[in-house]
Amino acid sequence: MITINNIEKKFGNNHVLKNMSFSFKQGKTNLIIGESGSGKTTLLKILVGLYEADSGNVCFDGINFNEMRNKQKRLLRQEIGMLFQGGALYDYMTVEENIMFPLTMFTTKTTSEKLNRVNFCLERVKLTNTNHLMPSELSGGMVKRVAIARAISMQPKYLFCDEPNSGLDPKTAILIDDLIREITEEYNITTIVNTHDMNSVMQIGDNIAFINQGEIWWTGNKEELINSNNMELDNFVFASKLFQRLKK
Amino acid sequence: MMKLFHSLGKYITLMQRVISKPKNSSLFRRQLLLELEKVGINSLWLVIIISLFVGAVVAIQTKYNIESPLIPMYLVGVASRDSLILEFSPTMLSLILAGKVGSSIASELGSMRITEQIDALEIMGINSASFLILPKIIATTLFFPFLIILSMFIGMIGAWIGGLSADVTTAEFLYGIRYEFRSFYITYAVIKTIVFAFIISSVSSYFGYYAKGGAIAVGKSSTKAVVSSSIVILLFNYILTDLILA
Repeated sequence: MITINNIEKKFGNNHVLKNMSFSFKQGKTNLIIGESGSGKTTLLKILVGLYEADSGNVCFDGINFNEMRNKQKRLLRQEIGMLFQGGALYDYMTVEENIMFPLTMFTTKTTSEKLNRVNFCLERVKLTNTNHLMPSELSGGMVKRVAIARAISMQPKYLFCDEPNSGLDPKTAILIDDLIREITEEYNITTIVNTHDMNSVMQIGDNIAFINQGEIWWTGNKEELINSNNMELDNFVFASKLFQRLKK
Repeated sequence: MMKLFHSLGKYITLMQRVISKPKNSSLFRRQLLLELEKVGINSLWLVIIISLFVGAVVAIQTKYNIESPLIPMYLVGVASRDSLILEFSPTMLSLILAGKVGSSIASELGSMRITEQIDALEIMGINSASFLILPKIIATTLFFPFLIILSMFIGMIGAWIGGLSADVTTAEFLYGIRYEFRSFYITYAVIKTIVFAFIISSVSSYFGYYAKGGAIAVGKSSTKAVVSSSIVILLFNYILTDLILA
């Protein structure tokens, strides 16, 4: 479980995150939703340690990240898997090398053990026999799936996904959503997904935090979301006519 | 002025992060070999072609300028040798390589920054600055001296061909390039080259590593890398020459 307590972040005069507190549950897909510019990405970057909060803290299974020693932080980072919006695959490495990279960097596994793990991860994301392809030879959906395979190669305890469905067709988006949910439940990990894709919200939203103007305005799950009376949330979630009909 | 000091501080901080022991030596070796190929081997043809033609032109221009019955023809060899060893090969070629290698380093790192590949390394707990930049700095400082020595050699061949076309005999030319030769000139050129190689790789890496925005930002960082490293090379060329030769 990851908890954030009273997180504040400013960029100059722009107060991006205001006194945010929330718990991201283990074994659930936790969603951060909100309009573009609402502070979702900033919060995610604070969670993964790319940004430092001005005040407040982030606790991983009860341990405050700021109070961890450097060695503890390094070990924690090896337990984090991250799926970036564009995949962020190393473009000079093959698919196999990309997935093998964290294993080579942090483990003492033999080449055949690493190869077994790579093949297992590729099978898990339904991309067998793509080992020797370069990222430039992959479609958008395949890039995302390879990125998921790389993220799970170290068997992470925490999985972060930044806009996993952006730029994907609806069918592939559903495939990615299903994969995220299956992996979360299968390995009982804490997954945090940053999205503004309402299909994802309805598909995998176990625990949702709605961010508006740098604050958490609403929390709940997808069933509660449909029945919510929060006007700001309704305006965001049910913006399309299709979702308005669904609510009715 | 404050901006300059801010950038200088940021550059020094980056270099402190870069100079650290690699986490995984086999991956580091692999990165280093890749960089040696990219910055070194791939620059060979450029160095050969430029040195050959510049050497020939230097010889012809020298002959043209000293055409007098009172001046011996072997001076074409002397002048070509000294121009090539002291200035053209270490400095001019470094400026040309700042364009080729520097822009390539800055655009590669800039692309990695905007496509979040650098963030991906950081999240894994890897010192991205050291992992990506250190092999580039080592590869350039190791390989550039070889390129420059090769450039001197090819430049001499070019000067010999140029001299022949300007009626300087092979015997006169060979006598000229050996006349009062000081091997220290080579040491001086190599020292300059190592410093310039470090400048090219580190300054270009700095601009690429801190690129922000999209494709336009990558282009801008690449241009800034070439311009800044060229200016710093010229400044250090003066400082080193003053320190070593004056």
